[in-house]
This record gives sequence, structure tokens and C-alpha cells, in this order.
Amino acid sequence: MIAIIDYGVGNLFSLSSSFKSIGANTVVTGDPEIIRKAEKLILPGVGAFRDAAEKLRASGLDKVIIEETKKGKKLLGICLGMQMLFEKSYEYGEYEGLGLIPGSVVSMKGVVPEELKVPHIGWNGLIFPKDKPKSPIFKYLNEGDHMYFVHSFYATNCQDFVSSSTEYGAILTASAENGNVYGVQFHPEKSGEKGLSILKAFCEL
Amino acid sequence: MITKRIIPCLDVKDGRVVKGVNFLGLADVSSPVKLAQFYSENGADELVFYDITASSDGRKLFTEILTEVASKIFIPLTVGGGINTLDDFDRVLKCGADKVSVNSGAIKNPSLIGEAAKKYGDQCVVLSADIKRVDGKFTLFAKGGRENTGIDAIEWVKQGAANGAGEIVVNSIDTDGVKNGFDLEMLEAVCNVVNVPVIASGGAGGIDHFKTLFKELPKVDAGLAASIFHFGEVSIKDLKTELYKEGINVRR
Repeated sequence: MIAIIDYGVGNLFSLSSSFKSIGANTVVTGDPEIIRKAEKLILPGVGAFRDAAEKLRASGLDKVIIEETKKGKKLLGICLGMQMLFEKSYEYGEYEGLGLIPGSVVSMKGVVPEELKVPHIGWNGLIFPKDKPKSPIFKYLNEGDHMYFVHSFYATNCQDFVSSSTEYGAILTASAENGNVYGVQFHPEKSGEKGLSILKAFCEL
Repeated sequence: MITKRIIPCLDVKDGRVVKGVNFLGLADVSSPVKLAQFYSENGADELVFYDITASSDGRKLFTEILTEVASKIFIPLTVGGGINTLDDFDRVLKCGADKVSVNSGAIKNPSLIGEAAKKYGDQCVVLSADIKRVDGKFTLFAKGGRENTGIDAIEWVKQGAANGAGEIVVNSIDTDGVKNGFDLEMLEAVCNVVNVPVIASGGAGGIDHFKTLFKELPKVDAGLAASIFHFGEVSIKDLKTELYKEGINVRR
């Protein structure tokens, strides 16, 4: 069973429907006991980093997630859930993340050319790193496959952990991983069949 | 690089898609769920559901259908029609909508955009504006294009984006239904004042009109249409193949 961690941010309806559509057994839960018993974890998230990080800490689930992943449990963070895997975020201040992947989250303003709109919203293609094998969660994908992005901040200083990038006037981190911890900046649950194939591959890990 | 988006729009009344739909191989052509699945499987980048029912029974049915659609299709869903309050945002977001489109509701209560953006994020709030030339000026219309508000439409969308609307849909009343192409002049006027994605609506009659749109106005992010897709005059797959051949970046 896969636990979709519910800590009071965002709507988990689409995410849970998308797992259902690929036949995966999931539960949406904020219960530490269920999270500890789950085989794999999904960390979702939308909105502002500070709010989400505060809610996760207030629920005490941050510790549960860190402990469980240290034991080797596989975790997939999505969108803001991915950003929270890093050490720090500089989204309107400086905030601590879970520190499961080295790196930090910064604004793309000043990084992408001025004429490009921020947030980066829409379908963009994935670029895989040339110097390492393709991530197992992308086993059903080809270079250039499009995913749906909605974000204004992105992960940086995480070069060794980047598993795909996307080009938006600059090269932005689209996904990262560190051992059993995986994160995707885009929304696989909103990226059609190709997006669902990532969830399927994660289930099969 | 980010792709140009092609977005079919479905008007739903009393649980059915209105404007006849004419697809080969679709048994129930006015079922919102079947049509949404068809589009999702055939290259649509996003779907817009517009609730045009006036009764509360109709609205209840709409939200039930929306829930079913959202549980079966996995591309972004935008919902509009009858969005007047934060409770309306809440109602459709809970059913699985990703973005909410406001039109007359924002005219009645201009603070709605800012409040919704603060609560749900800019990316969730779409400002849809019905615009028509009156004495040579782009003027904002309300109530499905029936009522002239007298408001300067360009100033309106500029303010809307400044207040937190994450995307602007420009519906040209002048070109709507004419099928003679998108309203490039109006779209350019909007693109010049906002720095959020602009979605063109009104006037698409064929593939060439999308080519012209994206080539003439590279700042436009998406093209929205209803009847040409519903009647099968244009298939999204063919449209994207043609755009790709012209060097326009699309998801295929």
C-alpha cells in the first residue's frame, strides 16, 4: 500500500484518482501509524513553501518521513512536495526543508529571461542527464516527453542529484533523486498517459 | 521550451454538453465524461468546462459530473460559469478542478480575483474577459456578452493580472462565431499590458487560424475553441501535426 501524505495542503483528489486509474492501492492519510506501515510514500503539496513546511512540522509528520526514508522506504515528492525534500528554500525568506536531497529552492526570476512569464505554466519537455543512467521512474519515457509544470521556484545547487531538466530560457531542474528519495517538479497526475507512467514506474520500484 | 496549448471548451447545461457534437465512433456525443475522455486521449492539452445552467439543480448536477470527469482524465481542468464567491471556487476545486475561471463574478465584485489568488494561488485564477469594440474602443461586456459595462477592457485585464489572475482568456465578441480567425488586434493589445499567459478565444474556423495566431503573436500561449472541435471540423491531432510542421512547439 502507498500512503499519500495528507498534511492539510492542497487537494489530493486528482492524485488519488490517478493512482486508482493505474490500479495502485493507495490511502490518503495524515496518520503516522499508517504512514509507518505503508510500503511507499507520496509527498504532495501546492502553495507557498513556508505554509506547507510549517504545516508538515506542526503535524509532526516531518520526523516520520525522515525516519521512514532513512530506513530505505521509497518516497516521491511532487511539485511543492519535491521542493520540500531539499535543505532550504528561499521563497520569500529562508526556510528549512526536509534535507533529504542536497540543494536549495530559489526563484526563477532573474534566472529565466525577463520576457518569459513567471510562473512557468504549461507543458514542457524533459531532458535527461547524459552522464548517468535514466532514472527508474522514467523507464517508460523518452527524452523530450512533455510534462505539465506550474511553478515559480526551482531546485538548484543539486547537480549531482538531478534526474531530468527542462528548458525555459534557462535549464531548470525538473526532477531529482537521492537513493530512495525521488522528487518531480511537474505534475505527473496532470500529464496525461506519460505522466501516469511515472506513477506506475514508481509503484513498480 | 514550453509548448503552445490547444484547449477545447465544453459548455455544459443540465448535465449535457450543448452545441451539437458530431464525432465518429462516439455513441453518446453529449456526455461530458465521454467527450472529455475523447479529447484527453486525442491530444488536448487542457479542458475547459463551462457551466451554463442557471438553476441550483443544474449546478448540483454539474458538480457531480465534474467530479466524475476529474476522476477519469489526467490533464489540467479549468472550470467556469457561475463563479461569484470564494465558496464557488471551493466547490469546484473540491471536485477536482485545477483552475477556476471568473468572468461576470469579477465584474460584480472586483476584489474576488485578489482574494482567490491569495487563498488558492495565482496559478488557480483565470480571468476570462468578453471584449467587444464600441466606438473603436475595446470594451468589457458582462453576462455572456449581453451587457455593456462601459469599462475599458484593456485596463480591466491589466488590473486583473496585477491583482493576481494567473492567466487571461480573451473572448472576442467581434470575431466569435464568425470563423474568420482569431482577433489578433485585440489579443495584441492584451499581450502588451500583461505578463501572464494569454489564451485566445473566438473566431477559430480552421487549422490556418491557429497557425496565424501563433506565428503573428508569439506571446499568445494557447488557443481555445469549441464548435470546430466538437463538430469534428478540426481534429486536435491534425492541428498539432500542422503546427509542428510550421515550427510551432506543441505537445504530440
